[in-house]
Amino acid sequence: MSTLTSTPTRATFGHALRAEWIKLRSLRSTWYTLACLFAVGLGVTSLALSSAGTDYADASAADRAAWDPTNLSLTTYIVAQLIIGVLGILVVTSEYATGLMQTSVMATPRRLRLLAAKVVVAAAVAVVAGQLLMLTSFLLGQAILSAQDVPHAALGDPGVLSAVIGGGVYLTAIALLAAGLGTIMRATAGALATLVGIVFLVPALAGLFPSWLEGLIDVWPTRGAAAVLATVPDPEYPDPWLNLGGMCLGVAAVLVAAFVLFRRRDV
Amino acid sequence: MTTIDVRGLTKRYGPDTVVDDVSFTVEPGQVTGFLGPNGAGKSTTMKMITGLATPTSGDVTIGGRRYRDLPVPLTEVGALLDAGAVHGGRTARDHLLALAASNGLPRRRVDEVLARTGLEGVAGKRAGGFSLGMRQRLGIAATLLGDPRALIFDEPLNGLDPEGIRWIRDLLRSLAREGRSVLVSSHLMNEMALSADHLVVIGRGRLIADTGMSEFLRANGEGTVLVRTQEPGAFAVRLTEAGATVREGLESSLVVSGLSSDEIGRLAAFHGVALSELTPQRASLEDAFMELTRDSVEYQGVAA
Repeated sequence: MSTLTSTPTRATFGHALRAEWIKLRSLRSTWYTLACLFAVGLGVTSLALSSAGTDYADASAADRAAWDPTNLSLTTYIVAQLIIGVLGILVVTSEYATGLMQTSVMATPRRLRLLAAKVVVAAAVAVVAGQLLMLTSFLLGQAILSAQDVPHAALGDPGVLSAVIGGGVYLTAIALLAAGLGTIMRATAGALATLVGIVFLVPALAGLFPSWLEGLIDVWPTRGAAAVLATVPDPEYPDPWLNLGGMCLGVAAVLVAAFVLFRRRDV
Repeated sequence: MTTIDVRGLTKRYGPDTVVDDVSFTVEPGQVTGFLGPNGAGKSTTMKMITGLATPTSGDVTIGGRRYRDLPVPLTEVGALLDAGAVHGGRTARDHLLALAASNGLPRRRVDEVLARTGLEGVAGKRAGGFSLGMRQRLGIAATLLGDPRALIFDEPLNGLDPEGIRWIRDLLRSLAREGRSVLVSSHLMNEMALSADHLVVIGRGRLIADTGMSEFLRANGEGTVLVRTQEPGAFAVRLTEAGATVREGLESSLVVSGLSSDEIGRLAAFHGVALSELTPQRASLEDAFMELTRDSVEYQGVAA
């Protein structure tokens, strides 16, 4: 057997990062999930806005004052967060499902480095996909609104860019939350069920919660944290980036728990 | 020189002690067979060697360092613990490429190990469609990526056809000839007889034997002698009187234990009995193993 000539003296985080990128890009499911994200995401946008013309015509003066064409074109985030969440979950759980995690940990026994590489790659893909989806969804939505002759927005309008970018940040944070849940649960189904519970179930049941939990709802996904997607200020959330920041802190806490468990548990 | 040094290794899961104070050394240049019945703790021990599981106590070093402290792990240890551990949607080449990248190994190593394992032709195919034998080869290709000094295989012969078994056996021998330390687990003794130089036997998590293959056979296999004569009944009585244990063999032969073939020959000459056959039976490794682990198998079948 030939000897190695250009072997490094030390494996680095950069190596781990490259390996994770190769793993992610070499799976068809990654690209299917991303294609699905855009097909469903933009599909929801065009469906949701197809009757905007009649809605606006029937709207009261108060409703017209609150008419937020940017927010309308970005509501697709509700569905998109689930699909981008699946991507984040699979980065970790697909390796548990196949047993590949053993091979990965043997190749990169410094586990924090291994998980960090996975999280960074997932975040990078989510940032690009999330921002791109929010931007295309906005442009498509405004085109549909303008075709129906109802008030619509342009990227340069006040608050629009902040809402579009905020939507991308929101989706990235959800992908990271999903990767953390996947690491903690080590199973796709469990992690996905938890994610659905967090983004859909808890917000739906929020009215039942005692008042001391309301602070949590202010930063919860699909609730307070999603206020950043609006350009017409919501009196409940005067500074929506703070709410989004709160959600990011929560995601960070989940990730810390994931790292601690990943380091301590046997594979 | 990369030796694998296992010292006082213990693993408890709650009240169960899966591995109990096991110590042994895997030396370079030979194949060390790691034997034990199912559930004896072989896989858990291998997981602790490769840093997948944390020992409750004791430690393992590879060339003097703990696994997780190895600067470029794949160049020191190649381990295959589960041949199924491949994502079915990824091609063989991409699987190896990602592993090589994680340790900064040059890309050409992927083609080299694909060639050594005979997988060049299916490198671009998804591993999901691979047979067990091909997966096994892919797993072995992965262990060779970093040209490591130590190799660890958990039950590599499981589920393989005869050709696959021979291929792996030859590979193990050639890896040892190249001066590498090779640790191979199996629950099938006779397979090990053909490939291992040294044996480490565990049962119920405890070390039972750590010895050379030939010493193991000599020490543990109580040899028998096959005897054939015209008057088996009468000679059996003489043998029993002389202190031997006699069983009836096939075609009215006698299977004698407790006396050597030399002693049986002299006994026959003394009594004027004509022997048509006198053959020492070398104890099979299987027998020796059964003998040794009789008390330590987890579930014992009751003979009907």
